[in-house]
Amino acid sequence: MSDLVVNDVSMVFDTPSGEQVHALENVSFSLKQGELLSILGPSGCGKSTLLNIIAGFLAPTHGTVELASTEIHGPGSDRGMVFQQGALFEWLTVAENIGFGLSMKGTPADEIKKTVNHLLETVGLHDFGDKATYELSGGMQQRVALARCLANDPDVILMDEPLGALDALTREKMQGLVLKLWKETGKTIILITHSVEEALFLGERLFVMAPRPGRIKKEYSLPFAEAGLTKDPRDVKADPDFGAKREEILNMIWEMEEEIMGQADDSGV
Amino acid sequence: MSFIQTLKYKIGLSKDGLTKRKTVTFGDTTAVGNGRFWSVISVITLSMAWYLGSALELVNPIFWPAPSAVWDQFINISQDGYRNFTLWEHIWASLYRILVGFALGCLIGIPLGFAMGLSEIIRGWFDPLVEFFRPIPPLAFIPLVIIWSGIGERSKILLLFFAALWIMVIAARAGVGSVKLSKIHAAYSLGATKRQILMHVILPNSLPEIFTGMRVAMGICWGTVVAAELVAAESGIGFMIMAASKFLATDIVILGVIVVGVIGYSIDILMRKLEDKLIPWKGKA
Repeated sequence: MSDLVVNDVSMVFDTPSGEQVHALENVSFSLKQGELLSILGPSGCGKSTLLNIIAGFLAPTHGTVELASTEIHGPGSDRGMVFQQGALFEWLTVAENIGFGLSMKGTPADEIKKTVNHLLETVGLHDFGDKATYELSGGMQQRVALARCLANDPDVILMDEPLGALDALTREKMQGLVLKLWKETGKTIILITHSVEEALFLGERLFVMAPRPGRIKKEYSLPFAEAGLTKDPRDVKADPDFGAKREEILNMIWEMEEEIMGQADDSGV
Repeated sequence: MSFIQTLKYKIGLSKDGLTKRKTVTFGDTTAVGNGRFWSVISVITLSMAWYLGSALELVNPIFWPAPSAVWDQFINISQDGYRNFTLWEHIWASLYRILVGFALGCLIGIPLGFAMGLSEIIRGWFDPLVEFFRPIPPLAFIPLVIIWSGIGERSKILLLFFAALWIMVIAARAGVGSVKLSKIHAAYSLGATKRQILMHVILPNSLPEIFTGMRVAMGICWGTVVAAELVAAESGIGFMIMAASKFLATDIVILGVIVVGVIGYSIDILMRKLEDKLIPWKGKA
């Protein structure tokens, strides 16, 4: 099984002014294949650093990340990325974007076409294959980004605020799509978000991270993603338990923000 | 809307319904029309002024010849030529020089710009060179290239290569710099190799900047070739102007100037059309 193991990862770097930044300190966790983890935290808590380390774009100063018992040393097609926006190739059509990974691997054209057509269907864009990416709305562009990632059949999908640039209505629809794809494909997903509600709704597991040094402050196991697969998302979010968790986490993040502000005041900034 | 209203709108004399209701128009550039109507009036007025000025003999034809004289020279030189070459051969001589010089400039400049964008050593090595040569007007090198290669084709092509080179280096380098890190990361995560990233991400991503550079370079090359031919040449549109001026053949000089303007304008329009065709995504990402 393609489990992801993050083992005692720390990231410390020096700034040009000589300060040491502890972006991450002794972060450990493991994800079984097919788990959906969402990560929340105030800015500076190291959540993007953590994602970049798992993606292989950054090397940690201490500790290791292993996928299917193999240590990660760089980016690879076993870990797909979905970015907030602007990561599509606008010189390619929608279909060519989705088939990019396969065509880089030298997959035969008819095979690429089959996969791409299937994925266009899956993400609800079946008539849009020949369109240019800049002709699509923001939500549709993110559908393309999801499909492009899935075309490569990665073990893990890393999402860096994939829905952050969308309007509220589109965002809710896309949350449903993420859940559906998660269920259908059985992929391991790590999702970074700024929205407490989104983290609660999509995360089977949820980490709240804290800054200075960046660390996992609290971990939750949540029933809402599973419930969202069968029930109306609006009902799930209206659940009293959902509301209570949301308040608890919001309070936690507010306290951290105030602490950061307090420190800033002390240092006279 | 009446027929007259539609017509007025088409020629730019009337504004559309919403714009008409705008109370703030000074500073709102979307409320300023293209003024096509006034362009037509302007061209007609200036042509009339030229025609009438000559017909009434207000100016000495040695300083400013009549339109008919320039037209006659156009017919004459198109058919019989001037100084061994027809007008078309002069034009082609100039165009050939810029095409070769420009092509060489692109051929060397684009890969060099890419290398400077991607490698610290190459960037550091060539940066002083680029920064030094970039602000020097290419015409300042005319004496040098004449010493090196005489007044033949080679010296002009060398000069134009030089004119295009730095522009293309800087354009290609800016193109590499414009690629969003998320695109590069996405491509690596999709399994692309370094070579594939260069060919399938960095190169297409930098095409808009490269094309803008090409447009600028073409304009500079055209200006430079005409000026270089004014100094020393045996053919070309600049040579034609210079040779005619020595005999006070002002009608040929004016003809040459008009040809230079028309061709310069045509090159720019052609480049713009090519850009729309080849890089439809420009400015839309």
